[in-house]
Formats: sequence, structure tokens, C-alpha cells
Amino acid sequence: MAHDTHKLEIFRGALKFKSNQQKIVGVLILLSVITAIEVVLGIIKPESLMGMVLGMKLLNWIFIILTIVKAYYIAWDFMHIRDEVKWFRISLVVPLLILIPYLAFILLVEGNYIYNVYLDGFIKWDF
Amino acid sequence: MEATVTHADTTEGRPFKASYGKMMIWFFIVSDALTFSGFLAAYGFSRFKFMDTWPIADEVFTHVPFMHGNPQPMIYVAFMTFVLIISSVTMVLAVDAGHKLKQNRVAWLMFATIIGGLIFVGSQAWEWSTFIRGEYGAVETKGGQILQFVDAETHKQVALSEFAVHLEDDFTGEGATTYSVAGVLKGFEEHGDLLVRTQKLTEDGHKTVLTRAESVAKLEGAKHVVEGANLIRNEYGSKLFGDFFFFITGFHGFHVFSGVILNIIIFANVIVGTYEKRKSYEMVEKVGLYWHFVDLVWVFVFTFFYLV
Repeated sequence: MAHDTHKLEIFRGALKFKSNQQKIVGVLILLSVITAIEVVLGIIKPESLMGMVLGMKLLNWIFIILTIVKAYYIAWDFMHIRDEVKWFRISLVVPLLILIPYLAFILLVEGNYIYNVYLDGFIKWDF
Repeated sequence: MEATVTHADTTEGRPFKASYGKMMIWFFIVSDALTFSGFLAAYGFSRFKFMDTWPIADEVFTHVPFMHGNPQPMIYVAFMTFVLIISSVTMVLAVDAGHKLKQNRVAWLMFATIIGGLIFVGSQAWEWSTFIRGEYGAVETKGGQILQFVDAETHKQVALSEFAVHLEDDFTGEGATTYSVAGVLKGFEEHGDLLVRTQKLTEDGHKTVLTRAESVAKLEGAKHVVEGANLIRNEYGSKLFGDFFFFITGFHGFHVFSGVILNIIIFANVIVGTYEKRKSYEMVEKVGLYWHFVDLVWVFVFTFFYLV
């Protein structure tokens, strides 16, 4: 990576920084704000966000989405993925995007199945 | 030797226009990310398995140093998260300064990063020790359920030490708990204002509190007194909760620890001027990638252990 080839815009170009240092501070502020939102939501747990969406509480979906947003900015700006060539980016991110949701999906479905076995089966507690 | 060091930063003609070392640290990070996802997915599996009995993180992690007896859910982990983000920022600034070949600035920023890492590891050690020590204590039934004690009016948890009695024939050998099951039961009988709280979650997400009669009946099955947490049982609830806590935060803490060690090595190299001679601070960038990855993993651990 040459010295001055940083891409300096985030939010699809909506926010453009003058130098790499400024961009880092900008991303720091963004990450801190997101963390603050998460902590506040985690403490208050607003009643209105407790509805179930796709088998999980809406609040939990919000937490997971905010986490992925944070992960994106850490990887893209702190780890400089934004400045790498396109296919390097793809070879790093795509395996994770395929394998992690897949693993999470099968394990959570299986976990839910076992939960139901406990619920209406005769096994009482731990195994 | 001359040729390799001078051109360490050259990326022309290389795959993905990235140097060998940088590409390899990236692929290491990808595989390590998969390891962590495996652990977190396993945690999710166990949690889904015990969906309606899983401990509520807000009630477990409420401790803040120097504020004993004043439960503050989330505050301390939020602090830890923030420390890690800040140390990530100083690291990325160090990489930036490295590109401009400013030796002094790189050194200071790496120093700040190391301090941040040490604060984080220390906080984690403290968090572990509070978790292991426990606060209230509970009893475990024959079937493996954890029963906690609450005040009948406020439904706030009551510590064993507030009501249990020491009996003369208490077992005092190795592995002994402060109170025996009989001592806890006797104390419970004497204190009519106590109720038992089970692990079962009600519709609105609180733990079920039994009536006095149900509590007495339930306590007949009591088999162990549980104080704090270990790998076999913990006073917070599901056994797997404690195991995953130790395993995942421990594995992450190990990563932070090794990251700090790597940072110290590179910091020493910066100070003696190794990279100044090379005219390339790419090593700083490589440990930086690892350090950011540690931060990245913590973001997920934070969500799945403390928030969701």
C-alpha cells in the first residue's frame, strides 16, 4: 500500500475526511456512539422492542445488526480493507460470510430442536 | 539481505498487491475468526437448548471495582469495550505514523496501545475473579437445577451469609463450602420472609419466584451448596453458562495477552530503529492487523455474552 492511497470517505462517500488521521477519529466517534447506544438499550431494555421478529426479540436483532456495523468499520477502516484490491477483499470476507451464518444456522436450529425435546419429552433436565 | 529488506514494502507483481507477510496474517485472521465463530455458535447452541432457563447477563455481571454492593449492570464491560476500541485507534494511528516514517510517534502510540491492552487484560482478570467468587450463593438440586434465594417482598436476591447457619458437624475439609445444605435449609426455615427463585424464565423475561410452600417443597431436593463458579457448577444457573464464559472470554483474553506480547516486541524494534533502517514500518501494520482482530472479536463476545 503506497503512502497516500487511503480512501477517505465513509457512508458511501457521504462523509469525506481530509486526512487518514481525521478519518480514524471519525470512525472512533462512530464506534463509540454505537457502543453507547448498545449499552443504553441494554440497561433500559425498552418494552416496545421486546416483540418477536423471526424467532428472536427485536432488541436482540438490533444488537446483532449494530455489532455487524461495528465489525464492518473496524475491518474496513482500522484494518484497511477499504484500501485493498477488490479480489483480496472478496477472498477474505466471502468465506466468512458464507461459513459463519451457515454454522450459526444449523447449530441454532439443532439447539432449538433439543429445547423442544426437553419441553415435551420425558427427559427432565441435563445431559 | 540488502535487497530483501529494502524492498520489503514493494507490492508490484505480487498477488493482490499485498506483501507476503500481510497476506498471511490476513489468512491467519480469517481462520481464527472461524475458530471464534465456532465457539460462539456453540454457545448459541447451548443457549437455545436451555432457552427458558439461561441466566440473565444483567444480573450476573453487575460489579464495578470500588463500588461494592452497588449493582451497575453493563457499565464495567462497556468500559472494557471502550478501552479496547481506544487502543485499536492508537494502533491504527501508529500504523499511519509508520507510513510517514515518524519513529517517535510510532513508539509513543504503540506504547499507548500496550497500556490499553494491559488495562483490558487486568479488567478481565478482575471480572473473572468476581465471577468465580460469586456474590449470593445458591443450592443445587439432585436434578441439577440451581435454586437462588430472594426476599419475599422485593424479590431481590439474598446472600446465603445473611440467613444460613453454621452447624457443628459442618464438613470443613477440602472443597467444603461455607455452609452445608442442612445449614442453609435450617436458616431458610428460620427466615419466613425468604422465597426460592428457580432458573425458569417467565413470559416477561424474569426468573420465576416460588411461593413459600412451593419453595419448601423444592428445597427438599437440595444436594449441594454452590458458591461462585467453577467448571462443574455455578451459582448463576446453567452449568454451561459458566463453562462457556471461562472458555470464550479466556480464549479471547489469551489472544489479547499474546497481542500485548507481540506489541511489546515490535515496540522494542521500533525503539532500536529496526524499521527506521528498513525504511518500512510494515511489521507495525501486521501486528496492528492482529490487534484490530482482537478488538473485532471482543465486539462480538460483548454482544453475545452481555447484551443479547
